[in-house]
Amino acid sequence: MDLYLPIANLSVNALVIIALGGVVGLLSGMFGVGGGFLTTPLLIFYGIPPTVAAASAASQVTGASVSGVVTHMSRGTVDFRMGGVLIVGGVVGAGLGVLIFRLLQAIGQIDTVIGILYVLMLGGIGSLMAKESIQALIALKSGRRIQARKRRHHPLVAAMPMRWRFYRSGLYISPLAPLLLGMATGILTMLLGVGGGFILVPAMLYLLGMTTQSVVGTSLFQILFVTMATTMMHAMTTHAVDLVLAMLLLIGSVTGAQVGTRISMTIRPEYLRILLAAIVLLVAARMALGLGFRPDEIYTVEVR
Amino acid sequence: MKRRALLALPPAMLLLTAADEPMLVPDVSQREVEIQYSFTGADLLLFGAIVYPDGRRPKTPADIMVVLKGPDQSITMREKQKVAGIWVNADSARFRSAPSFYAIASSRPIGKVVDERTAAIYEMGVDKLQLSPSSLNDSAELDRFQKGLIDLRQRAGLYVEQQGTVEITDGVLYRARLPLSARVIVGDYTAETFLVQDGRVVAAAVRDITIRKSGFERFMAVAAEQWPFFYGLVAMMLAVGMGWAAGAIAKRI
Repeated sequence: MDLYLPIANLSVNALVIIALGGVVGLLSGMFGVGGGFLTTPLLIFYGIPPTVAAASAASQVTGASVSGVVTHMSRGTVDFRMGGVLIVGGVVGAGLGVLIFRLLQAIGQIDTVIGILYVLMLGGIGSLMAKESIQALIALKSGRRIQARKRRHHPLVAAMPMRWRFYRSGLYISPLAPLLLGMATGILTMLLGVGGGFILVPAMLYLLGMTTQSVVGTSLFQILFVTMATTMMHAMTTHAVDLVLAMLLLIGSVTGAQVGTRISMTIRPEYLRILLAAIVLLVAARMALGLGFRPDEIYTVEVR
Repeated sequence: MKRRALLALPPAMLLLTAADEPMLVPDVSQREVEIQYSFTGADLLLFGAIVYPDGRRPKTPADIMVVLKGPDQSITMREKQKVAGIWVNADSARFRSAPSFYAIASSRPIGKVVDERTAAIYEMGVDKLQLSPSSLNDSAELDRFQKGLIDLRQRAGLYVEQQGTVEITDGVLYRARLPLSARVIVGDYTAETFLVQDGRVVAAAVRDITIRKSGFERFMAVAAEQWPFFYGLVAMMLAVGMGWAAGAIAKRI
């Protein structure tokens, strides 16, 4: 079923895009991540222009995180104060991202930077996750319990001036720390079309030292609003949001997300985590090879 | 500008010598191509008649060439090179007038119909396009970039060369079919027809074709450019609405 995308200026097979959204949605439901890290590269691989891919993938992440946020809000596991600070940082970061995007585009290095960022981010987080989940699995098999990490924030965070109380996170820290963290993820969202949950969740746990219960809900809350802001910024600056493409992705991903959530309830979390780590490392390895191998196209054309 | 003047020249000459030079009466199957939701490209039929004065046909049969050309674009081309183990964009070149679409069909192989010089003047053949480089590259580099562009666009179906596909019936009626890729941009296109006799262009005629988005597709493209705020707002609402609805439905199942 061919469908013409009015902004991307090409026709695609609608069913392929819906299926793509479905697979990403399934993963995001199973693992509680946005899935943008898969959508953007897959869309580019399919032939969608990178800018349109990143701009439209952001709105897919919005759709995939809505129901998660609703669930977490009803359970009371969203720290609105922390979330608010993160969102402010995220929106500022997305704004900075626009500037960086334009600068890189002007010197022609946007694709390389996106590629390297993906490899570093996914490779780093993926190995961290793999290491941890293997330890957890070994502990599970041998029946030995690993000691729980002591919840502490990073010394750098403690050194920052001004302190606020974040009750639901169980923290009394400077708001500058989450603000900077939010900015970093905001930049990534703008550049890569990812939600940034990958960076946010571990950083909230290990850098800020938040309580585990409120981490996922708060990060989803931040992702929801920052991806919304990113969609808006793309619409205003790059004019690259393709509503038809976004719609197709959304149909697939919101359905997939619901199925994924159900599957995740039947599988042990330890196995889920190692599976996610494997997928993340696989994507990182593929991107790394892509940087090193001779590309299919040596030349690229940019219309001014 | 220079090229336009060249194109205008043959019809002007035709007027002066109308008595004994042949004339072309061309037409196209569609004057307007509309891009809609199901657009996957189109086939354009370019056809017409050769009118000889007093109906006398020449002894050696004439040749026909049709050229379909899209709006010119100013482009920057970048070339990837391996730097420190990874492939990054290194060299670049700028061209002021690269046609976004170019398709040519001829009744015999182009090299047999016209010589190099004539082919260059009338831009007959993808390797004869005048791209007007505007950056400081040496000619070997420009050549490399030009080849790269042609290769890229040929594979995307944006530059098409179909030699020997124009059918001429009884020496007076001709027809050619040219494919329009789904990746064409909107704008004003020209379909030029050349009548070539003994390596000389003896008649030329131009028809304009408009390619535009219509209906919903047009509305979307205009909305994204003209009302970006509302467009963005709709995108946001759509994402939130669909995500929420899916969650609400899933709860009941």
